[in-house]
Amino acid sequence: MRFAGLLNRWVIFAIAVLALAAGLDNEYYFTLLNFIGIHTLLVVGLNLLLGYAGQISLGHAAFFGLGAYASGILTATYGVNPWLALLAGLAISGLAALLIGIPALKLRGYYLAMATLGFGIIVYIVLNEASHLTGGPSGLSGIPSLSLAGFPLNTARRLYLLIWLAVGVILALSANLVESRTGRALRALHDTEAAAESLGVDTARMKLKIFIWSALYASLAGSLYAHTLNFIAPASFGFMFSIKLVTMVVLGGMASIWGSLLGAGVLTVLPEVLTAFHDFEVIIFGAILMVVMIFLPRGLVRGLMDLREFRRYKREGGSLV
Amino acid sequence: MKNLVTDYWLLATGYWLLTLPILAPLLQYFISGLTNGAVYALIALGFGIIYNATTIINFAQGEMVMLGALCAISIYHLIPSLPIAFLGGVIIVSLVGLLFERLALRPVQDPAPITLIIITVGGAVFIKGVAMLIWGKEAYPLPAFSGDAPLHLGPATILPQNLWVLGLTVVLVLALEAFFRRTLVGKAMRATAYNPRAARLVGIAAGRMVQLSFGLSAALGAGAGILIAPLTLGVYDMGTMLGLKGFSAAIIGGLGSLLGGVLGGLLLGLAESFTSGLISSGYRDAVAFLLLLVVLFLRPQGLVGGRQ
Amino acid sequence: MSLPPDQTLLELHEVSLAFGGLQAVERVSFVVPEGAVKAVIGPNGAGKTTLFHLVSGFLSPQQGRIIFQAAEIQGLPAHLIARRGIARTFQLVQLFDHLTVLENVMVGRHRLSRAGLLAGALQLPRTRAEERHIRARAMEALEFVGLASRADQSAAVLPLGLKRLLEIARALATEPSLLLLDEPASGLDTVETERLKEMILAFKEQGLTTLLVEHDMGLTMEVADEIAVLNYGKLIADGPPRAIQKNPEVIAAYLGTDWQA
Repeated sequence: MRFAGLLNRWVIFAIAVLALAAGLDNEYYFTLLNFIGIHTLLVVGLNLLLGYAGQISLGHAAFFGLGAYASGILTATYGVNPWLALLAGLAISGLAALLIGIPALKLRGYYLAMATLGFGIIVYIVLNEASHLTGGPSGLSGIPSLSLAGFPLNTARRLYLLIWLAVGVILALSANLVESRTGRALRALHDTEAAAESLGVDTARMKLKIFIWSALYASLAGSLYAHTLNFIAPASFGFMFSIKLVTMVVLGGMASIWGSLLGAGVLTVLPEVLTAFHDFEVIIFGAILMVVMIFLPRGLVRGLMDLREFRRYKREGGSLV
Repeated sequence: MKNLVTDYWLLATGYWLLTLPILAPLLQYFISGLTNGAVYALIALGFGIIYNATTIINFAQGEMVMLGALCAISIYHLIPSLPIAFLGGVIIVSLVGLLFERLALRPVQDPAPITLIIITVGGAVFIKGVAMLIWGKEAYPLPAFSGDAPLHLGPATILPQNLWVLGLTVVLVLALEAFFRRTLVGKAMRATAYNPRAARLVGIAAGRMVQLSFGLSAALGAGAGILIAPLTLGVYDMGTMLGLKGFSAAIIGGLGSLLGGVLGGLLLGLAESFTSGLISSGYRDAVAFLLLLVVLFLRPQGLVGGRQ
Repeated sequence: MSLPPDQTLLELHEVSLAFGGLQAVERVSFVVPEGAVKAVIGPNGAGKTTLFHLVSGFLSPQQGRIIFQAAEIQGLPAHLIARRGIARTFQLVQLFDHLTVLENVMVGRHRLSRAGLLAGALQLPRTRAEERHIRARAMEALEFVGLASRADQSAAVLPLGLKRLLEIARALATEPSLLLLDEPASGLDTVETERLKEMILAFKEQGLTTLLVEHDMGLTMEVADEIAVLNYGKLIADGPPRAIQKNPEVIAAYLGTDWQA
């Protein structure tokens, strides 16, 4: 990515975010945008893992939940400073990812998919059962709002600025990462692990690092989520949500950082816009997963771009420039 | 002669022991554990068959179980004959399995394993959604195959349906074993699993084998679902957990191995049952996934070693 | 850390590996002198690529030792062996299809650069400087093999001959002490093979040691200082090309196969 091109995207992004902050009036829109932002954080992390390193996590909701509950429990029950609680959440999620990742990523094959699946369900069950700590199925309420230097972030508009600042930072870090030495090594090992190993890339360690990194993003999202709603319940962190996250990655485009924003945006807004959607929600997510993976495996944006390239290629008589 | 006498005394002592109150609940857990274990085993075998033929995990397997149960229930409403409902359910779901392979998996341009796994996850979700539209969220009953009158084995109660589950599972497993060992088609499937290219060279149509594996797995899943429906009722979302647990059972026992699937299923069923009874019922569902993680980390090839 | 001349860079001692009932490599011992080009030849299935996998760490021998730069490396994982200075190409070209030509070679600089995950995400000045360095060295490798003009093309669209060159450039970018080339001439036409020959001779001039598996006898005879011959996993001859050509066992192993491949 040329520097000039990058600058343009960030400028557009910053302008768009600020413009919406100034122009919109309705708390509802800000709430919606906040959810899009939180989902984007989740999706970018999962995308780094799935789209670039080629590893599936079928339990990413667990890290989201760990972050949310760490923040929720520490602040609501123990009165810990929310920012410290957020850091604690990061530490917990990172540690969990390390513990699962080390054995799962040593092996070839899709053991991470299976391990994250198991882990995700276990976390969900624990959140439901350990009610003295987590509040059980009815959830944990009374989570205080975040505040910056005494300024409480207790409206959707104020949270919007924080959340989208976080999104901007995360997008920037991720875009950098993808073009860096580590990102290259990840994309390489996704293509052919053997060749990457033959060049000195410790593929197991790389995969572990990116797995932990993506878990940290999810934990951050969870903490922000807890302080946005001031209430959390286990139902938000189940298997179905993990599947929704994968769907968002797939829709936006695996291995596309900005695609993560698209995927998160579309699949957060859609259920809100189509209220009758709710009954069909499950079918639509399933259909998206299948259709996109079958026909446009590079996601919506890249897939359509590829299609246009292909048509142009054929029209020009099939000569490669 | 002497053996008969000692046998009699052993039996008598055993029966007396069984009536001791401590052992009664244990026996009950054992029976229900075996029953659930048998269902998990059938589902695990479904995963194994497809894995052997394609090296992918078909996450839609659990939904075949659900469809089997609900289809059989619907058929029974029209034609109140259990054998017809059973057969009908199995046939319909086998067709669904074949259709799924044909429409969702065959057309894939770039069949990387991740892609296929994601497609099967999507398929599972999709099928569940369709089932919710067709059958709604209610739970539907299916009459037990030979009545509800409980039998007594010492201090424990066993329902006739439990015996059906266990008995039919044994029959199905033996039939599968015979199929893979003795019949030409079964051997062809195994050959394709070991070396698809070589199999093609000797004239085995690998594509057909893949189709067959999907149809067979779906049939097994459907059978499991119909067997258990009288005990647990048929609901649109019963497939998810059952599928995931069946998958865990397959990994625990050893993915791709017949014996592994059976062992894994039984072990899981028993572990769940005893944990739920002796330790805590809330964490019952976690047992499957804890065992999954333990096996993945300590012995990823599963108990029986499976196929690599 | 270079050894005095006339030292052996790589030594194999009684290396053996069996797959089930098949003895792929049986008690193979030979040495590769530093700065030489050594070829490993033999009929198909003789164990040549298995030998490469053993040296490069993709397989571990069941018996025997492999010594590189006076240290034992058998049983080490592939990436650690690569870090010690052994680079390889593959019989079936293994390029990173989703990366560009240049990026493929830049991955080759991995062991000689340090920026970790956090550094990559933050893009501090030191990281950016290292990245420029990586890019420059990678371009040099591309220029050496003549692919610099295609730097930004997708690696997947290259014809086979150029793909092989790219793989070699990528291996060269690691600045190895020992280069393993697995059938580099396979699928190349006469012109490309000639270019390959010149390249291998250039490696020698620069002090790079090459271990080569090849079927193209013409090429082998012209570049190799020593030839080791494998048959059914056993070493049946080891010496200068002239001697190998006349060796009756070698001729028998090939059963009259034409020398000019």
